Amino acid sequence: MTDVTDKRSGKPARSGIDASLFYNPTARGIVYQGALLIGVVMLIWWLQSNAATNLAALGRSTGFNFLNQTAGFNIGFSLLPFDRTSTYLDVYLVGILNTLLVAVIGIILATMLGFVIGIARLSPNFLIRKLAAAYVEIMRNMPLLLQLFFWYFLALNALPGVRQSYELPLGAVLNQRGLYLPLLQSDDRFLILLGVFVVAVIGAILWRRRQIRKMEEKGERRPVLLPMLGIILIPTIIVYFIAQVPVAFSVPELTGFNYTGGFVVPPELTALVVGLVVYTAAFIAEIVRAGIQAVNYGQVEAASALGLKDSDRLRLVVIPQALRIIIPPLTSQYLNLTKNSSLGAAIAFPELVNVFMGTAINQSGRAVEIVGLTMAVYLTFSLITSLFMNWYNSRVALVER
Amino acid sequence: MSHSQPSYVRTQMAEPLPPPGNTTGVVAWMRANLFSSIGNTILTFLGIALIIWTVIPAYGFLIGNAVFTDPEGLRGEACRFEGVGACWIFIQARFNFFIYGFYPSDEIWRINLMFIIGIILLIPLLVPKVPFTRVAAILFFGVYPFVAYFLMYGGVFGLDVVPTRNWGGLTLTLIISLIGIIASLPLGILLALGRQSKLPIIKGFCVAFIELWRAVPLITVLFMASVMFPLFMPQGTNPDVLLRAIIGIVLFESAYMAEVVRGGLQAIPSGQREAASALGLSKLKTTALIVMPQALKHVIPGIVNTFIALFKDTTLVSIIGIFELLNAVRAAGSDIAWQFPTDAVTGYVFAGFVFWIFCFGMSRYSIYMEDRLHTGHRR
Repeated sequence: MTDVTDKRSGKPARSGIDASLFYNPTARGIVYQGALLIGVVMLIWWLQSNAATNLAALGRSTGFNFLNQTAGFNIGFSLLPFDRTSTYLDVYLVGILNTLLVAVIGIILATMLGFVIGIARLSPNFLIRKLAAAYVEIMRNMPLLLQLFFWYFLALNALPGVRQSYELPLGAVLNQRGLYLPLLQSDDRFLILLGVFVVAVIGAILWRRRQIRKMEEKGERRPVLLPMLGIILIPTIIVYFIAQVPVAFSVPELTGFNYTGGFVVPPELTALVVGLVVYTAAFIAEIVRAGIQAVNYGQVEAASALGLKDSDRLRLVVIPQALRIIIPPLTSQYLNLTKNSSLGAAIAFPELVNVFMGTAINQSGRAVEIVGLTMAVYLTFSLITSLFMNWYNSRVALVER
Repeated sequence: MSHSQPSYVRTQMAEPLPPPGNTTGVVAWMRANLFSSIGNTILTFLGIALIIWTVIPAYGFLIGNAVFTDPEGLRGEACRFEGVGACWIFIQARFNFFIYGFYPSDEIWRINLMFIIGIILLIPLLVPKVPFTRVAAILFFGVYPFVAYFLMYGGVFGLDVVPTRNWGGLTLTLIISLIGIIASLPLGILLALGRQSKLPIIKGFCVAFIELWRAVPLITVLFMASVMFPLFMPQGTNPDVLLRAIIGIVLFESAYMAEVVRGGLQAIPSGQREAASALGLSKLKTTALIVMPQALKHVIPGIVNTFIALFKDTTLVSIIGIFELLNAVRAAGSDIAWQFPTDAVTGYVFAGFVFWIFCFGMSRYSIYMEDRLHTGHRR
């Protein structure tokens, strides 16, 4: 009886006898995976044993305890207090901070320039269109390293000396030794002001949400932008006058042979940021152009058939759809820019690869640990980016039937 | 038969009126494209200002104030004066160095021969109408690398050995990028297939490999190849610096290539696979004969883009002391005999132009191939 039910259930009568193990997909899978696993384990074991022998022969110790040792070298540009007595851990942190600084400034400026050029590529104006296309084609097709060398050379040689410095607006000064920016100086009361400002911004955003919800409910227009500005500015200004927050700027001034005061941006940083921005903006421009062009023209026509005015058509119909296409490649450009900031090593800007993978390896000899720590930083950036991208993609995914 | 015509009907055609003045001709074109509105007019003037602001100095630097000839053999002296532009005699004099690096000048014919064979094999591969594509492909990918290696390195048929530290210039840039692309394509295909696999260990390994390499900058990979690689080799072996760099580049690029190929694989509808298995093809044959050819055709632009990126990235090997084109240009600029105010910029302009020609050419070629190959996938 059991035999019959088995046949009725329609299961293929596979047993060890009539189907060769060789053609069994499960068995094959296990063999393939086992082979790969054994291969990888053996490779790692071989590399590890080689490294152990080599390190023993060189008389080097291993481990991460070197992070607490004094590094004994100085770093030209640092956002944290740093001197010769600082430890390797400080070197690591300074490197990460400098990399992040370049990345953040670069991303903001490259986005602005990239969007302008990308939109210019779609301009009805022939000249502007062609200029933007020329920019993209020239910048995209030359190596970034070459461009960085070029900008660095210009920053050191083509800019005027200290006495002939370019005077920029707001008291900033540009010369061969760097870019001198005015620095905000205040005391603890400034933190209160900052706190009020942040709270006001959050309040304004909440108010905008409420306002938009009401607009959707009642179907009538309500003012949004001006009240938002009011919500932000009025409390900030009131607090500023009540608490009498001292706000002053330390402006760079020429004393003797050099400028003092203000915040000094070294030429390496200027060249690195300019190079990264100019290069990445070309790629962002292409992404923006492709994204806008990908929005079907029928959408614009449908929006005008609904009676939306020009600005609303762009703001409510075209841009949200274009952004859906633009944002994923844009984030990967941001990641590229962050990774490319490591080229600062070639023009002596003290970012992570330069100070940690370069100088710190030479000083401490802990190649394996340092390379691992450095790669861990970039891996973290990359993971954060891809997490964001997954979140964004699931948020904006088209809800299809 | 004569018709009596009413006198108010014309007997002759009227003279055609001229077209409205503002729809044809240069003026109308300018009005439509440059001055259609106040904003547009402002933009046009801004654009003209930008052109004047960039083109005139560039013209002065590249042509107007440039030094083209050096009849008295002054070398660097000829360019050492105020307001000098580009110093083309510098490029002229060191041209061989930029192209061949430190390769012994008596042996340069070997590089030239290698280039000529390569170009002859590439023509049938790149130009669609030339016959013998298949033969050329087999020769180029199977035989040419060995021929090129023995021509470059020597050691057989009485050719002198030229160690890799003497290789350099544009030759080395091309060698690195060609090896990089030829070796990373098959690796990338394997990784992409592995990533699509249903076997968890294989899939996990491929995902980890791809994501790890894609997360780190190439410069750290090259640092690793130069600093860490010797540590992991058996004692006494010390692989060549160039070889280490190339291994690093190939592993790095194969991860990018895998993602490009994966894009193509995902674009193939599953019906193709099902149809192939309905025809009784094995898994291997389905992949090799049905899925891969379609997937690779889809991703030709992606592959070319990866190649362009790789070609530009080869400049990074200069950081670990290999004299590819950019580093050769920098080295030549620090030569005492050729010290003049614009030595660096002249070199960068030259190197930039060479890179630009190659990359721009490749991107145009890829657009052309895309147009040729699209077999009804695009409307």
